[in-house]
Amino acid sequence: MRLGANTYVGGALVGLALTVAILAPWIALYDPVMDANLMNAELPPSWEFPFGTDAQGRDIYSRIVYGARISLTVGIVSQMCNSLIGVTLGLTAGFWGGWWDDVVSGLTNLMLAIPSLVFALAIMAILGPGLVSLVIALGLTAWSYSCRIARAQVLSLKSQGYIQAARILGYGDLRIMFTQVLPNILGPLIVIATLGMGGAILSEAALSFLGLGIRPPFPSWGSMLSEARDQIRAAPWLSVFPGLAIFLTVLGLNLLGDGLRDILDPQSTTRRA
Amino acid sequence: MSTPLLAVHDLNIALASDNKSYSAVESVSFEIGRGEAFGLVGESGCGKSITALAVMGLLRRPLSLGGGRIVLDGQEIQDASPAEMRRLRGSRIAMIFQEPMTALNPLSPVGRQIAEMFVLHQGTGWKEAMDRAEDALRQVRVPSPERRIKDYPHQLSGGMRQRVMIAIALACSPDLLIADEPTTALDVTVQAEIIDLMAELCAAKGTAILMISHDLGLVANMCQRVAVMYAGRIVEAQPAHAIFATPRHPYTRGLVDSLPRLGERARRGRQRLREIAGVVPSIAAYPPGCRFNPRCSAVTDICRTTAPAITTLPADGLVRCHHHD
Amino acid sequence: MTEPLLRLDALAVHFTLGSALSGGVRTLKAVDGVSLDVAPGECLGLVGESGCGKSTLALAIMGLVPPTQGHIRLNGHELAKRDRMETARTVQMVFQDPYASLNPRQTVRRTLADPLRLHGIANRSEIDHRVMDMLAKVGLRPDHADRYPHEFSGGQRQRIGIARALILQPRLVICDEPVSALDVSIRAQIINLLLELKDELGLAYIMISHDLGVVEHVSDRVAVMYLGRIVEQGGWQEIFEDPRHPYTRALIAAIPDPFHRADDFAKRTKAHGEIASALAPPPGCHFNPRCPMKADRCVSEVPLLEAVASGHRAACHFRDRTG
Repeated sequence: MRLGANTYVGGALVGLALTVAILAPWIALYDPVMDANLMNAELPPSWEFPFGTDAQGRDIYSRIVYGARISLTVGIVSQMCNSLIGVTLGLTAGFWGGWWDDVVSGLTNLMLAIPSLVFALAIMAILGPGLVSLVIALGLTAWSYSCRIARAQVLSLKSQGYIQAARILGYGDLRIMFTQVLPNILGPLIVIATLGMGGAILSEAALSFLGLGIRPPFPSWGSMLSEARDQIRAAPWLSVFPGLAIFLTVLGLNLLGDGLRDILDPQSTTRRA
Repeated sequence: MSTPLLAVHDLNIALASDNKSYSAVESVSFEIGRGEAFGLVGESGCGKSITALAVMGLLRRPLSLGGGRIVLDGQEIQDASPAEMRRLRGSRIAMIFQEPMTALNPLSPVGRQIAEMFVLHQGTGWKEAMDRAEDALRQVRVPSPERRIKDYPHQLSGGMRQRVMIAIALACSPDLLIADEPTTALDVTVQAEIIDLMAELCAAKGTAILMISHDLGLVANMCQRVAVMYAGRIVEAQPAHAIFATPRHPYTRGLVDSLPRLGERARRGRQRLREIAGVVPSIAAYPPGCRFNPRCSAVTDICRTTAPAITTLPADGLVRCHHHD
Repeated sequence: MTEPLLRLDALAVHFTLGSALSGGVRTLKAVDGVSLDVAPGECLGLVGESGCGKSTLALAIMGLVPPTQGHIRLNGHELAKRDRMETARTVQMVFQDPYASLNPRQTVRRTLADPLRLHGIANRSEIDHRVMDMLAKVGLRPDHADRYPHEFSGGQRQRIGIARALILQPRLVICDEPVSALDVSIRAQIINLLLELKDELGLAYIMISHDLGVVEHVSDRVAVMYLGRIVEQGGWQEIFEDPRHPYTRALIAAIPDPFHRADDFAKRTKAHGEIASALAPPPGCHFNPRCPMKADRCVSEVPLLEAVASGHRAACHFRDRTG
């Protein structure tokens, strides 16, 4: 099977981000929070500080490296939460139909109508800033996509003979949903999950930019962008590197998602020998 | 013997896939006389439908014509330009398909779709064309045609839609009607009516029919001559009554013997049906020699190495088998 | 007389469509008062065209659709009161489309072994043994067990479907058009297989098919359905040689006979027109708009399914007229 260049590029970018995040303590040059020396404030990139320093004199390279941990944690954990909620709701709504389907569809429509960032903002306002509240907020706002897709997939699958056969063989509803239906709808859901991770990272960046996500002095790519906002012309390295990090990671996730869709599609239920 | 209406000589159709070229249809030859009903029988994948598409000039990538001649009324059309083929389609050759729902425009009332034929091919004005469309619906025995011309395809039943398709196809009294599994998706009682209708209308207009189906009984009942295709080749062709009574190719014989026929059980008790072993080969893995050899009960060594030549039979028949009786 | 394996008593399955807000409530009488019996080891052929209700009937017998009226009794016990698992061990089904009736993500082994585990058989070697045994019975090889459905042809997939239906050792199997989606040259293989298994395992079948040739070949008794009702019922020979309902005659006449062309008898007995919608069935005898023998009585009075001869019943006012 031929994988497009996209998949490899995407895989490489995501792999790079993951490696950086995991190996952060070993590849960072300085402590991202503590090594702040005002004497070194806003220095351009040099051998000593590969990406330059920020207004507090902290090494930007090290902050980017540790920032990967935060961004990826937010991206992965919140998306898992979204997928869990969305798939469970969509799967059950599509399978059982009836009033439950009406409730879930109504809820989904509501969520789709509210701008997700606004919703996240509201939750952050209640929970206060910080990594945990950020993950919770983002994890509760973007489940509608997986829900909709899961539900649509289930509806198209319900009439397949093997679902009826499972019922006739005595399988209970839950067993059918999780052993017969779910494995056959995973394809699009995995793709949505990878795309969603990219979206979560962008949302984190936006919220931190607004001062509501990760608060200084902790390094998150979004808050780094926020701090650099006034200095874009004077000290461009303050915003270029965090911006590039976000861009490459999200791009990688999108490309990987595209590639996964191509890998998983040929095994869909309509394939004939 | 007058010139046949349609003569297909040595038709070859290739299928391109994964940078390889497969032979989908190989040296297919047959003739259809003016006003004659000719049946082409075979299972899915044997190439019967794409043969019809080749005659209509509708082969598209990955299918392509790989050689052979198609002669309509003495004129070769296999190399005709798209514009020439467009002129022929509808006015001289028409085709109806298995799924009328996908062949009809869902956004246009059926009366208009029939009227289009008159406007496009005969240059009539719309008003007159709509009147003729209503007549056409009456001819295909659609009840209350004056109301039906305004209906959309989804408002009609499957049988009705197929009648509309027939009306469209026969609107300009073409010389040849190609029908590709026209009744397979219909109920049995409706199927009988549609077949009767087609036979009557074509007889009245002098239109020849090329009837394509997997149902040997249906084709043998409706047509004067029948050709059987297997894995891209014609393996037998005979007059209709002969092909059922005295099939000469093991495949045809297998088909005739394997399907239970009404009245057999009363006559001879329940006999175990004579199976044809194996499965229809896929185009990527056609066996060498005679393509039926892995499934044939009369197979010998020569069958596995050499493709059988055509043996002519009386009454314009032919069979492609090393061991025809 | 032995208790029939399956008894349907005035079974009705009605669906309500629409609501007061969208143009009124309408009732779809998919099954409208069906009574029939299936004896152990018997094959009942169920014939009918689209909209006749045979699929809904099959679903009701399987317990997948609740009856609106009437009773379904399996082995003497009311279906509704039976345990779902017990019903699974008594009635099973073979589906029409071999390409959609197998889970594409499960190996053959798992498709056959899971139901056994579900029904309490824990012993690994016994499960293996029964799976292999069943594969052999349906004409597949042991090495087929670890393959996925897409690696098989249509006929082989149908064999797997049959194996799955039989793995729990049911007594009644509903075969819903088991060969109509298969290539013509392999239909005989599957029909022969079904008959062999029936004899070997003492199964009863309800064979649903629109192909009268197949129905005549396999059935002991035949029931003909039209728009939710049984219009004729009897032994296979009686139904095909002495049909007493015009619809049965029309079905038989509709089969193209390659030996007799332009048969006058066939032309006279063919039905005309289209099958009515089950939402708005014609009054009186549902078949009257298409019937060549239609009389005034047919519109005003519903003909009952009554005996023509012992074991042969027809729902037609003119049931005593022979063809």
